[in-house]
Amino acid sequence: MSSRPDTPASPAAAEPDGQPAGTTAGTGPGTTAGGATAEGASTEGGRGGRVRWSVWAQRYGALAALAALFVYNAIATPYFLTPQSLLFILLRQAAPIAIVAVGMAIVIGTGGIDLSVGSVMAIAGQVGAVLVLGGQPALLAVLAALLVAALCGLFNGTLVARFGVQPIIATLILFIAGRGIAQLITGGELQPLSNPDFQWIGLARPLGVPAQVIIAVVVAVVAWLVMRLTVYGRYVLAVGGNETASRLAGLPAARVKLLAYVTSGVLAGLVGLIAVSATSASDANNTGVGMELDAIAAVAVAGTPLTGGKVTIPGAVVGAVLLKLLQNTLISKGVTKEVAQIVTGAVIVLALWLQRQDTP
Amino acid sequence: MADPPLLSMQGITKQFLGVPALREVSFEVARGEVHALIGQNGAGKSTLIKVLTGVYARDAGRIEFDGREVAFPSPHAAQLAGLSTIYQEVNLVPFRSVAENVFLGREPKRLGLIDWGRMNREAAAILRRLDLDVDVTRPLHDYAIATQQMTALARALSTAAKLVIMDEPTSALAEQEVQTLFRVIRQLRDEGIAVVFVSHRLDELYAVCDRVTVMRDGRTVAQRAMADISRYELVSTMLGRELAEELAHRRSADAAPDGPPVLEATDLHRGRALDGVSVSVRPGEIVGLAGLLGSGRTETARAVFGADPLDSGTVAVAGTPVALRSPRDAVERGIGFAPEDRKTEGIIPQLSVRENMTLALLPHLRRHGIVDRRRQGEIVDRFVTAIGVKCSSPEQPIRELSGGNQQKVLLARWLCTDPKLLILDEPTRGIDVGAKRDIQVLVRRLADEGLAVLLISSELEEIVADADRVVTLRDGRSVAELTGDDITEDALMNAMATGAAADTAVDSASDTADPPAGPATAPDHDPTTAGRQP
Repeated sequence: MSSRPDTPASPAAAEPDGQPAGTTAGTGPGTTAGGATAEGASTEGGRGGRVRWSVWAQRYGALAALAALFVYNAIATPYFLTPQSLLFILLRQAAPIAIVAVGMAIVIGTGGIDLSVGSVMAIAGQVGAVLVLGGQPALLAVLAALLVAALCGLFNGTLVARFGVQPIIATLILFIAGRGIAQLITGGELQPLSNPDFQWIGLARPLGVPAQVIIAVVVAVVAWLVMRLTVYGRYVLAVGGNETASRLAGLPAARVKLLAYVTSGVLAGLVGLIAVSATSASDANNTGVGMELDAIAAVAVAGTPLTGGKVTIPGAVVGAVLLKLLQNTLISKGVTKEVAQIVTGAVIVLALWLQRQDTP
Repeated sequence: MADPPLLSMQGITKQFLGVPALREVSFEVARGEVHALIGQNGAGKSTLIKVLTGVYARDAGRIEFDGREVAFPSPHAAQLAGLSTIYQEVNLVPFRSVAENVFLGREPKRLGLIDWGRMNREAAAILRRLDLDVDVTRPLHDYAIATQQMTALARALSTAAKLVIMDEPTSALAEQEVQTLFRVIRQLRDEGIAVVFVSHRLDELYAVCDRVTVMRDGRTVAQRAMADISRYELVSTMLGRELAEELAHRRSADAAPDGPPVLEATDLHRGRALDGVSVSVRPGEIVGLAGLLGSGRTETARAVFGADPLDSGTVAVAGTPVALRSPRDAVERGIGFAPEDRKTEGIIPQLSVRENMTLALLPHLRRHGIVDRRRQGEIVDRFVTAIGVKCSSPEQPIRELSGGNQQKVLLARWLCTDPKLLILDEPTRGIDVGAKRDIQVLVRRLADEGLAVLLISSELEEIVADADRVVTLRDGRSVAELTGDDITEDALMNAMATGAAADTAVDSASDTADPPAGPATAPDHDPTTAGRQP
C-alpha cells in the first residue's frame, strides 16, 4: 500500500553533477530538439542495481528463503538429507497444502478468496469414506466425493459470480455449514477405514514416492500450464485485474470466476480424500481444520497480492513447502509450537514487506 | 517580481527504472497567482507534482517552499507545510460524511473522542465560504463530482494551505460547475493563496490563469505570462514542433453509402436514462452523438453494446434484429466499445500492452485451447507500429503508459478484432494534443476504409471536425439530426439546448426508419417539443 517506490533521496543527492544553463524558465521550445521519443526508451540508470534487486526479491524471495532454510537444515539437522525425511516427512506433509493452495491461487487471482476449502475437504472425505464403508467400489467413491466437492465449488461460484456476493462472505457460508454437513454424513463418529484401493492416494508409494506428492506435482504442473498458456489463464488475470474492463472487452467474467471456485472445490475434495486415506479414519471433526489459512498463507508468502490479477502456481507450491519446512525446523530445534506459529507469522510479514507493490 | 517566489524547484531530476521522467526541471510559483502547468501526457506534469508533494523522492534537485528548503517525506507532511493537492480523481472516502472528509486525519477532538458538533459546524462554515450549501452530515457519494471536488478544496482550505495544486479538476465537471470552480479559484487568489492548475483545455487556462509553465519530454520549455502567449504559440511549444495544420476534415462528402446500416437502434428506453433514442450508423460513416451531460449519450452506447439491459426498443445489427444480453454478444457481432473511463473500465492495469491489446481477440488466438503466442506477438507488433504506441516494449505494463498511449492500445484492442462498428465514448478526453490528433486521423482513415463509428464527445469542436452526421440527445431522447455542412457548433448548441436543429428540425427516429412509437409519444410529455416544432 505504500506508494513510494524508492527510498527518499539523501540530501547529498540534491547536488546535480552539472547544471546546464538553459533548462531554467523562458527559453522557449528549442531546448529539447530531437528529444521527442525519449520517454519510451529504456536506458540503464545508476539505480538499476537496486531496482533489479527489488524485482528479484519479489519474484524469488520465497524460493530463496526456502533454499536458505534447506541448506541450513542440510547442515544442522541430522538425517535431513535422507529420502525418508525429505519425501515422507517434508513433501508428504506439504503436498496437501500445496494442492489446496493451487486452487486458492487461482481463486485469489480472480480477486476472490475461498474460505470453504477445509470444510469441503471434510465433506468430500466423509462422502468417500461412507461409500467405501458401505461396500461401494473405491473408484466410484472417489468420483462421487469429487463430484460433491465440485458442487460445493459451484455453490460458492454461483453466489460470487451470479449473485455478486462478496467472496469472503459467500465462502464463509460453506466454511460454517460445510463442517456440519460433513458431521451429518457420518453421524459425527470416527470410523476406521481399511480399503487399500480407496486409500491408494493417501498411502501408496509408487516408485518409492508417496502418491500424494506425485499428485501434488501433477496438479501443480497442469495448473501452471493452464494459467500460463491457455485463454482461460489469461482471462483469470484480466478478470482479477479489472472485472468491469474485462466484461466490456467481451470476456465471460462470470464463467471465469465460477470455474475458479469449482477448481478450488475439486482440489479441496481431492485433498479431503488424501487426508481420510492417510489417517485410515473418517473424521468429520478434524479433517481440513485450518486448511484455508494454510493455503492462503502459502499463496501470500509467495507474493501473490490478495487483490487479484496475479497468479503464480510455482509460488503457491514453494510457499506451501516453505511454511511446512519452517514449522518442522523450528519444532525439531525444540521451539514450542506456540513460538513456531509466531515465527511463521513473522516470516509472512517479512515476505509481504519484500514483495510490497511498487506501483506509483 | 521582487518578492521571492512561494515555490521554487530547480534542477529536479527523477528516473523510473532508468527511464528519465524529469530532467533538470525548474518551476516557480509566486504568492497569490494562478499558475498553469501544461504539457502533453507523459511530459512529466504528474511526476513533477508527485515529487513536489512527497509521493516520489527526487533523484536530484532543490525545492524551496515558503522561504525554506524542503524535502517532504510524504503528502501528509507536504499538507502540514501548507501544500495541498486535489487530484483528477477525487481522493476522498465516498461512504463517510462530507464533514468527515473535510477533516479526515485531523478530526477535532474532545477528550480523545471526535467532536462531531464542532467538526460539522466548521466544515459547513468552510463550504459556505465556497458558496456551497450542503448537508455536511450526508455521505460524500450522495453528491455530484463537482461537490466532491469542492469538498476536497474545502479540505485544502481547512489545512491553511498556501499552495493548492489542482490536477485536471475540470475534466469531470459540467460547464456551470466549471464556472463555480473558477470563481472559487479567483477567490483563493485574492486571499493570497497560490494555485497550480493543470488542464488540457486552453480556454480554461486563459480564463483563470496568470502565468503558464509548459513541459515537454520531462523538461520545462517555457514559463510565460498568460497574456503574452498566443494559443498557437502555447500549443506549438507544447508539441515541440510547428503545429501541423488543423486536422483536414474531409467529410465523406455526404456520400453516405447506401448499404444497410451496420447499426440501427430504434426507440430505446431504459429507466429514466433513455426515453426514446434512435440512431443508425452505416458503413464508412462517423456518427456523432452529442448532448449535455446526462442526456443519455453513454447510456445509449452501453445499451447498444449490451452492457445495460433495455426496457424496450430494438437494436438491429447489419439488418438483423438482435437481443444483446451482454457485451460478449455484441463483440461476437462485430461491435467494439472504448469506454469513457479508461482507468476503471478500459485497461487491466498490471497486464502488459500485449495482453491488454489482444484481450478481445484471445478466443480467436486459441489453438487447442492454448494461446498462439507467435501470432499474438505479430499482431501486437503490427498495431504498436501502425498506431504509434509509445512503449518500451509490448511487455511493459499498460499502467505505466501515458493516457494517450493507453487509449491507443484500447483502440487497437478492438481494431485487431476487425469490427464492423466501433463505439468511442470520449476517445480523446484527458489526453494530450498530439495523441488526440493521431486518434482523430486514425478514426477518419478507418471510416474511409469502411468502418462504422459511433462517436461520443462533449467537445463540440471534435464532433464538428470528425462527424459525418450528428444525432443530438436531450433528456434521454434523440431530438435532432444534422448532416454534412449543417454541423456547426452553433447548430449543435442550439439542438442541445432547445432540441431543434436550427432550421431543419428532423426527428432522427423518422429519418432512419418509421417506428410507430417514436414520434407518436413525443408531444405528450416532452418539454422540448415547443422548440422543435417550427
